[in-house]
Amino acid sequence: MTNSIEEIEDAECIFLIGTNTSEAHPLIARRVMRAKEKGAKLIVADPRMIQLARFADVHVRQRLGSDVALLNGMMHIILKNGWQAAEYIANRTEGFEEFEETVMGYTPAKVEAITQVSIRDLEQMAEYYAAGSPSALLYAMGITQHTTGVDNVKSCCNLAMLCGNVGVRSGGVNPLRGQNNVQGACDMGCLPNVYPAYQPVTNEAAREKFSKAWGRELPGNAGLTITKMIPAMLEGTLKGLYVVGENPVLSDPDAHHVRSAFAKLEFLAVQDLYMTETACLADVVLPGVTCVEKSGTFTNTERRCQLLTQAIKPLGNARQDWEIISDLSTAMGYEMKYQNSEEIFEEMKQLTPSYAGMSYERLGLDGLFWPCPNSEHPGTPYLHKDTFTRGLGKFHPIGYKDPAEMPDAEYPYFLTTGRMFAHFHTGTMTRKSAHLHHEQKTGYVQMHTGDAKKLGVKTGEMVRLSTRRGEVEIAVVISDMAQEGTFYVPFHFAEASANVLTNSASDPVAGIPEFKVCAVRLDKIVHGENRK
Amino acid sequence: MEYKLVPSICSYCGCGCGVLFEVMDGQLVGTMPLKSHPVSQGKLCIKGWNLHEHVISEERLQTPLLKTNGALQEASWDASIQTTAERFKKIIAEHGPDSVAVLASAKVTNEENYLIQKFTRAVLGTNNVDHCARL
Repeated sequence: MTNSIEEIEDAECIFLIGTNTSEAHPLIARRVMRAKEKGAKLIVADPRMIQLARFADVHVRQRLGSDVALLNGMMHIILKNGWQAAEYIANRTEGFEEFEETVMGYTPAKVEAITQVSIRDLEQMAEYYAAGSPSALLYAMGITQHTTGVDNVKSCCNLAMLCGNVGVRSGGVNPLRGQNNVQGACDMGCLPNVYPAYQPVTNEAAREKFSKAWGRELPGNAGLTITKMIPAMLEGTLKGLYVVGENPVLSDPDAHHVRSAFAKLEFLAVQDLYMTETACLADVVLPGVTCVEKSGTFTNTERRCQLLTQAIKPLGNARQDWEIISDLSTAMGYEMKYQNSEEIFEEMKQLTPSYAGMSYERLGLDGLFWPCPNSEHPGTPYLHKDTFTRGLGKFHPIGYKDPAEMPDAEYPYFLTTGRMFAHFHTGTMTRKSAHLHHEQKTGYVQMHTGDAKKLGVKTGEMVRLSTRRGEVEIAVVISDMAQEGTFYVPFHFAEASANVLTNSASDPVAGIPEFKVCAVRLDKIVHGENRK
Repeated sequence: MEYKLVPSICSYCGCGCGVLFEVMDGQLVGTMPLKSHPVSQGKLCIKGWNLHEHVISEERLQTPLLKTNGALQEASWDASIQTTAERFKKIIAEHGPDSVAVLASAKVTNEENYLIQKFTRAVLGTNNVDHCARL
């Protein structure tokens, strides 16, 4: 997030796009409701009738995967009416002319045809967003998990800059991150192209700095992203894999394909809390511990680094994850001897400028926002104040592109995936919890009344969903939360796995798979039929 | 009876809400909201309130497992670590460092993620390290 969570409640307008905030980030949804109580306008763009849509001043249900057109349409209307922040654009940005030319091609009529959003709603969205001073834009995987994920994000940034909403309190472009420490894992350089604090592995000075600190020669070529690792495993060029605390067999798209890739590995080590679907395929399983059994830090979605305190001893023979990694390293001839997590933090911050001013003592109970470059620095609740990190903010001209797979005669419906309130990701944690299991015991496909009537199916009925990748048998839930023509399947449940169905086509730049859009067919299960 | 509340951070979504773990005689018995926390201000969602339940689940792995004669069997830490180290060394010796990869985790700490990428780059000798940010 460019801005902090508490700032949301002072925004004059909040624009939620591709985030089911009250189910996936409930304590951020609370701030949205607080803002609403203080008089803010709320815009929701989501194909589904999500809970927060009920409180929206305008809710639009754009056709799945049409976000670039929707955002360009809003910007077209803003420019036509002269609602843009002209002074901000002149002083703080570049690339405006070329961007403007592209956006002017997205007339309301054209946008209505692509997105199925009425011109009247489009105008209302544009007016509310442009009038808010400031307006906060919040998005989640509904924006990013597309073959046009990068285009979608850039379009959100274009809109925010157009109205001068970046670099101001309570404004910003705010991705809501789905995992407790996904921000931290990125900050720490668990990406194939960057060291901690996003220092590129291909940059010679950066490589030299880390090489010197770690006392080893370091490779200068960027590595493989997870979406590239799967094909490399299938081709046999990637032979050994060490997986820490992830369940790719369930979380990755096109699950059958992923399973056959894992089967080809020469060696698989998995470090986890449970026998996950991935751990079942391993040669070695190493039991780590939960956040309750360890000390250390997590960095949340607003870039706040926070301290955990160990509350109980590790269960049974399980060990601290950092101890396991250190021992493995030592066994491979590179000695790692740390007394505790704080000692690792102290080493990390010497090499990570955005964390350099932090210490366990300074983090205390409230944590600190990065960048925090020195020990006197109070931390940075919102980014790009006065100047962007790159200097001038850059407008990108972005044209609309169709998703990789659209419905056709054979697969006539859209399928989208997501989370529901009681469960988390692949369910490895939440499905172990009695109270959460009680809320939702298994998977389902949510569909609109109209579609259910047409197909002759009832709530609770088991049906077969098939895509070009695979098929699952799953129970129907009829709900007008679903958009007509679009089915929704939560991805928490291995026995009704959404990712057997999803498309692994991914964004060419970010490598993120298109979980949010594919084409699907539904067949009734005929009684007495032989099941596969 | 010894009862204590330990301040910490919820490990589900990216909100980063403040929690208090309830510990009675060394056993985890509950999760409470942390009133003063700047993000959650004394509130939690249904997942946060039940955070302790997955920790004390009977399904938790409590000992290393090593594949022996085609099946995973309980093993010592020494044997498990040694086997892992030897298998990686062998693959790297035969096929080079880019024939191995590591998936780090959005669930473990910053300190652990720092070590994972350091291990991948300095010890295995490859930049093949990623995690589930895209998933």
